[in-house]
Amino acid sequence: MKGTAARMGVMKRVSLVFKAKANKALDKMEDPRETLDYSYQRQLELLTKVRRGVADVATSRKRVELQMNQLQQQANKLEDQARKALGVGREDLARAALERKASAQSQLNDLQAQYAQLQAEEEKLTVASQRLQAKVDAFRTRKETIKATYTAAEAQTRINEAFTGISEEMGDVGMAIQRAEDKTAQMQARAGAIDELMASGALDDAVGGRRDDIQAELDIMSAGSDVERELNRLKGEITAGAPKQLEGSGSEANGSGQAAQEQPQGQAPGAQEGGPYAPPAPQQAQAQSVPVPEPQDGEGS
Amino acid sequence: MIVRISGEGQFRVDDAAADELNRLDAQLEAAVDAGDEEGFKAALLALLAEVRTHGSPLPPDSLEPSELILPPPDSSMAEVSKMLTDEGLIPG
Repeated sequence: MKGTAARMGVMKRVSLVFKAKANKALDKMEDPRETLDYSYQRQLELLTKVRRGVADVATSRKRVELQMNQLQQQANKLEDQARKALGVGREDLARAALERKASAQSQLNDLQAQYAQLQAEEEKLTVASQRLQAKVDAFRTRKETIKATYTAAEAQTRINEAFTGISEEMGDVGMAIQRAEDKTAQMQARAGAIDELMASGALDDAVGGRRDDIQAELDIMSAGSDVERELNRLKGEITAGAPKQLEGSGSEANGSGQAAQEQPQGQAPGAQEGGPYAPPAPQQAQAQSVPVPEPQDGEGS
Repeated sequence: MIVRISGEGQFRVDDAAADELNRLDAQLEAAVDAGDEEGFKAALLALLAEVRTHGSPLPPDSLEPSELILPPPDSSMAEVSKMLTDEGLIPG
């Protein structure tokens, strides 16, 4: 038996399996016309199923995309932390952050591969659903023609042809959906595992949770340096004491300081008002020197 | 001769290509029988390439049955064995 099969080849054997399937369904029908209607119903059901399959794969793909974004954000944050840690001379902290970044990155790479697979699966199913739609439409036309010109003898052959053709497509699409579902289920399980890891803190620990320790230390250090800076400033003010205040008022009183500040202020409004708002310019120029409400009151009365 | 690549669609392949297809198909089958996954993969890819290069796609609304059916490119040997023996793999 295996010898016969071997001579036949894989491709022929697969096609025979498909045909056997179609014939079995055909044999069940007493009236060939019944076959047509029944098959058409099945085709419509299958079309719905393929479309649902496309939507399911798309949902999985979006979920993976979301996780990828989250992981990328974590990786970016960790790198930023590493940079900051290095900036304050904490190489140990930087190393810890980079280790967690590597872990996030490897998860990310895994997800990217999954994403590509899901995308390919989605495209495949979309094309399959379009092809099936075209065949279903063709079948419906053929079905109506056969019914209209029905004579048992010729109809049987034509029905068998159409039926075998469409059921091969249906078998194939059904298999494609099955494969897509299997793949999606596997990936959903893995995506679920990552979600769980994130929620439980295990992966979060690697890339998120314990990062708080790093952040806390960085915060303490940056806060510490801020405190030092503030302290030094205050110390400087106290030791400088009065002279510092005098310096401040002195610089304000200085002609150079005032001129530098006031000249641009005076020029800028003048240039603006002289241009587009030529007529009100003098009033506004007055308004600048006089408190604002007064010219408004004057205009009102 | 009409050949289907499972999950991809149907192709009309010139009968002149039949000998080469049969030769590759025999390799594929030998690999399946021998449990040779690598040989299986190589033969399958060669077959698919042969059909794609020498075949022209059938219009999507064609209702013609295929004479030969090829497993999808990413199928494993175990899956193909199942296609050959277990009708349950093909819903319908």
